[in-house]
This record gives sequence, structure tokens and C-alpha cells, in this order.
Amino acid sequence: MSHLEKDTFGAKLGMWLFLFTEILLFGGVFILYSVYLTRYPREFGLGGKQLDLVYGATNTVVLLTSSLFAAMSVTAIKRGAKKVTLGLLGGTIGCALIFLFIKYLEWSAKFHHGIYPNSPKLIAGPPGESVFFGLYYLTTGLHGIHVIIGSVLMAWTAVMVQREVLHAGDNVTLENVTLYWHLVDLVWIFIFPLYYLIL
Amino acid sequence: MSQETATAEGGFWSDSGKTGIGSWIFSTDHKRIGLMYLYCVLSFFMVGVLLGVLIRLELIAPGPTIVTAQTYNALFTVHGVVMIFLFIIPGIPASFGNLVLPIQLGARDVAFPRVNLFSWWLYVIGAVIVLVSLFTGGGAPDTGWTFYVPFSARTTTNVSLAVFGVFILGFSSILTGINFVTTIHRMRAPGMNWTRIPLFTWSLYATAWVQILATPIIAITLLLVVTERILGLGLFDPSRGGDPIMFQHMFWIYSHPAVYIMILPGMGVISDIIPVFSRKPIFGYKMIAFSSLAIAAAGSAVWGHHMYTSGMSDLGVMVFSFLTFLVAIPSAIKVFNWVSTMYKGSISLEAPMLFALSFILLFSIGGLSGLILGAASTDIHVHDTHFVVGHFHYVMFGGTGFAFFAAAHYWLPKYFGRRYEEKPAIIGWVLMFIGFNVLYFTMQVLGMEGMPRRYYDYLPEFARLNLVATVGSWIMVAGILIVLWNLWRGLLKGEPFTGNPWGGATLEWSIPTPPPTENFEEDPVVTHGPYDFKGAGVP
Repeated sequence: MSHLEKDTFGAKLGMWLFLFTEILLFGGVFILYSVYLTRYPREFGLGGKQLDLVYGATNTVVLLTSSLFAAMSVTAIKRGAKKVTLGLLGGTIGCALIFLFIKYLEWSAKFHHGIYPNSPKLIAGPPGESVFFGLYYLTTGLHGIHVIIGSVLMAWTAVMVQREVLHAGDNVTLENVTLYWHLVDLVWIFIFPLYYLIL
Repeated sequence: MSQETATAEGGFWSDSGKTGIGSWIFSTDHKRIGLMYLYCVLSFFMVGVLLGVLIRLELIAPGPTIVTAQTYNALFTVHGVVMIFLFIIPGIPASFGNLVLPIQLGARDVAFPRVNLFSWWLYVIGAVIVLVSLFTGGGAPDTGWTFYVPFSARTTTNVSLAVFGVFILGFSSILTGINFVTTIHRMRAPGMNWTRIPLFTWSLYATAWVQILATPIIAITLLLVVTERILGLGLFDPSRGGDPIMFQHMFWIYSHPAVYIMILPGMGVISDIIPVFSRKPIFGYKMIAFSSLAIAAAGSAVWGHHMYTSGMSDLGVMVFSFLTFLVAIPSAIKVFNWVSTMYKGSISLEAPMLFALSFILLFSIGGLSGLILGAASTDIHVHDTHFVVGHFHYVMFGGTGFAFFAAAHYWLPKYFGRRYEEKPAIIGWVLMFIGFNVLYFTMQVLGMEGMPRRYYDYLPEFARLNLVATVGSWIMVAGILIVLWNLWRGLLKGEPFTGNPWGGATLEWSIPTPPPTENFEEDPVVTHGPYDFKGAGVP
């Protein structure tokens, strides 16, 4: 491999390796979930019923839509459609912001009911309930941080598309950022059923 | 840093025309990054050595000697954190890996040079955060480097910041791993097929996979400790339904494979040095390369052997014990192959070879004592004693540490264009070797007799052996100082080092000394194996 040509395959390989590390990071949280679910099935069931299915389902749709926009932006830049690419990236970031806003509403409602880490209500309640909501805040919080990081990366690539650093001939950075975005989406696809649906 | 640039000349030291500190700390040249890593890890190594000497000094006699019990707790914690996260884990891969790996593959740099620089910066930032945590907040952490809950969630010392620093260091380690895997897959020169990759680079390949797959687990675990302390999630708090044993599982899912992040590159160094100084092709090339992958794979499934006494089912103990024994097989394959390589070879006992030979002996002792710990029945007896401390120092320092110095004596002259003097190197090595065994073998005996680890005080019957161990630490440190002083002086002002005096057949010996920034004037075409001395045309 000569040093003069850009190795897009190599760049994507590196990104995939990084995505492995993200999966393993969330894997740690899911391990805790599975262990504590077997230990406190009843409390997990009761806790899951307290989560708002409407918020959760809306957010799933919002995030899936954002992933669709992200995927379309890659096709758009490959066709050389700069304005369309920018519009789609804007749509992705917009969806991310809506997701975060809904998450904010959901968390505030929980806080309002006295359910937050280390709250007197959780300390007084059964141990399994405290563990369930501890995991809920940890998992959705960690995921939320990833949504924020992903949005910042999207905005950064949008600037590079605007300046035509990224274009039809060289767009592997955009492709890598969308790969990251799909991972953020994918993690949510697992969080949603585990916390909102199956319990 | 400016001193070195003033004395070392030629090649990548000067051919870019850039000077000053900015040409180093913002350089994407893998050689400059490798050297910066080297300076950092060596500095932290000396800090760790100093703390270790203080621990031994405290234990020279029963009862309070030089520090309070709280300071003693901080000493062994910080000694562990510094030595593990700031010295051994980045030690060989990030410093010598960066220096040597791209050249051994026939590449001009790693796959992602800017990520490489970023990873060095993360290392520095993480290290600074760890250092700041020692002097701020509630004082230096006193949990031991393992940060076990529930104590780490409750102690008033500055655990949160230290743990956050280690989190950043993990990021740095992951990025180096990703860089190396991609480099090895994508940047090999024409003709450099998988069976021509030098064994040092092979070992880094296995290491990099462990870095990628294991480090995220420690990241989330440490994050959990921080959230436990700051938000009080209660996930490891038994009174709130959490389980502290889950912390131990998650901690060791990373930290046992991390042991192989530490030792595999050392084994790679030895695999490169033994054939050169035996004037013989390596015996069993494919098996050594394969055994690196086997160690990485098997070593990822043995974490439970740290927890035999923590509360685990008998079946779990047996399974983990069995898997632990499996790791011994690829390790032994390597040792036998090194010894077979030397058989009927024309062995020349120069400094790199002496360090390599002592590696084989010390690693074997450490590995065999590891089997005593891996067997559940004997582990119950020696668990959490000085036997464990002796064991992992045999593997980590006797193994990786000695390999680190072997690599320094073998490769650094190539990069500085000057060499150290042989005689002080050998004197230093002799002192290190003697002091090492006096110190750590005594620890193993102490452990067998029942002296617990991490205790501030001990029974009077352990006094004599503790005195012996402490004296051993002085002999060893004297050796380390001589070796480092000799390297420092030789590499800056010593005799010029040119060509290929040791007759290595890997690619780094085919380019000018010091290597130019671009490594190769033309992309090399590889026509012979890494230990095919005839094919490489070296006598």
C-alpha cells in the first residue's frame, strides 16, 4: 500500500474496530442488566411498567428517522449533491435534538415523582427497584452522551461538507461518522425493548 | 527534550528541518511519538520504582518505620497505578511498538498518524490527571490499584479523579490498538505476507486485539465507580440491592487480559532478539506467532481465577482453573521454541541477549508460580499473600520489565545513531538480576509462610526475610540506575552506531541509522523471512 493514496478501506476498518469497543462498553451495562434481572425479576417488572411507553416509542421513531437521514446523506454526497447532503445532515442533527428533548421531558417526569439516583424514595423502596432505576439512568444517560457526541460529530462533518473538504471523491469521514450514528441508533434499539417492552 | 535533539543527529532527528519542542509534541512521525512515549514511560517507571523502594523500606522491620499506615496504603496504591497504567501497559507497545512496528512492516508510518499523536496526548492528559489526583481532594487514593468496591465507593480519598485519569489512559490504549491492527492489515510492503511478519510485530498484533476488546470493559467499570461515588446509583451497594462481586467480575474481565497486554509484547521482543544473537533462524516461527493469538484468546476467559475466595460456585472455580491451565500451553510453546532456537546456535552474550535470557528464566518462574495460584486448592492457601506479589512481579517485571530493557539495548542505538558501553550494561544487568531474585523470591517464600499482602505491619517471625527482601530491592535499584545512566550517556554521547552490527534480518536493519523520517526511500519489496539471515545477506 503506497503512502500517497488515501486508504479508505483502512479508514473504515479502523472505524469498525472502534465500534467494537463501543459495543463492549455498552456490553458491560447489559451484563449488569441481565444479572440483576435474574435476581430481581419482580422489581424489574414493576419498574418497567413505570416507564412511559409513549416517550420511548416516539424516541425510537425519531432516532430511526435520523439514521435514515444519515444514510441518505452518504448517498447524496457520493452523487455530488452538496445542498441535499447538508440538508440531510441538518435533519439528522434535528432529530437528535428532538430525541434529547423528549429524553429531558421523560427524565423530568421521573424526577418529579421522586425517582432519581440516591432519592429518598428509592432508598426507602425495595433494593431491586433502586437497582432497576440506577441501571435505567446509567444506560439512558450513557446513551444520551453518545447522542450528544454523535450530533457534534455530525455538525463537524457538515462544516467540512460546506467547505468542500468532503466531496463526491473523498467522503470516508462522513461515512465513518454515519457508521457511528448507526451504532448509537442500534444501541437504542436494544435499550428500548429491554426497558420499555419486555418487562 | 531539546538536549537530545542537540546531540543525536541525522535521519528523522533533523531531516524534516523542523526543530523545537513543537516539532515533537505535534509530530505525527511514529518514531518521534515512540520516543516521546519512551521518555514518559521511563519517567513514570522511575516514580514507580521510588514508591516501590519506599514500600520495601517501610516493611524492613515490623511496626511503623518511616510512614503512617494511611501513607503506606497510598504508597502501594499509587505504585500499582503508576506501574500498571503508566508504565507497563503503554511501555513496550506504545514506545517500542511505535518505533519499530511500521518499519518492520515496510511502511512509512502507522495507518492513522494523527490518531497516533492524539493517543499520545490522551496518555499525557490521563497521566496528568492521575498525578493531580494524588495531591488534591482528600489525598492520594488508598484502595489498591484494583479499586475494589465497596471501599472505593466510600473512601474519602481522591478516587474519582484518579479513576477518571485511568479512563482517559484506556482511551489512549484503545486508539493505539486500533492503529496497530489497521496498520498490520493495510500497510504491509509488497512481499510482506503474514508468515514474513517479524514476531515482535506479531505479538503486537495479538496485543492490539486485547487492547481493543478488553479495555472498554474497564472503561465502563471505572465509570461505574465514579457514578457510584458522585450519583450514588447503588449498583454495587449490597444495602441497595447491588452486588460488589459484579464489580470484581467486570474489573477482571479487563484486568486479566490486560496482563497479556503487558507480557505479549515482551515475548515478542525476546522472539526477535534470541535468533539474532544465536545466529540461527527462529525455531517454530508459526507456532510462536500462533501462540500469541492463543494466549490472547485463552487469556480472555480466565478472569475468575482472581476470585476463588470471593464467593463463586465450585463449578465456576473448576472451569476457571481449567482455562487458566490452558494458558500455560501456548506460553510453554514459546519458551521451548526460544530454547530450541539457541540449541547449537552461535550464541553471543551481549547486553540485549543477557536481558532476553534472564527474561526466559524469570518468566518461567513467574509462570510456574502462576499455576500454583491457578489451582484452586493451593490458591486458597496463598491467596492475598506476598506469594501473589512475588508471582506477578516475576511475570511483570522479570518478564515485561527485563524485556523492556532488552528492547532498549537492542533497538535504541538504531534510533539514536550512538551506542551505550557494554561493560556497565552487563554490570547493571547482573545487579538487577541478583537483586530481583533476592527481592521477589523472598516474597514468595514469605507468602508461603503466610505473610499477607498490603499489610502495614507483620508478625516478628517474618522480620528476617523482610529485611532480606528490602536489601534485595536496593541491589536491584542500583542495577536499574546503572543501566539507565549507561543508556542515557551512551545514546547521547557514545560511540557512533551504524549499519547492522548484530546482523538482524528484519527490515529495520536494512535502512540508514538513524532512520530517515520517511523510513524507506522507495517502498521495499520483501523477498525473505524475518529470520532468514542468508536471504537478508547478513554474515
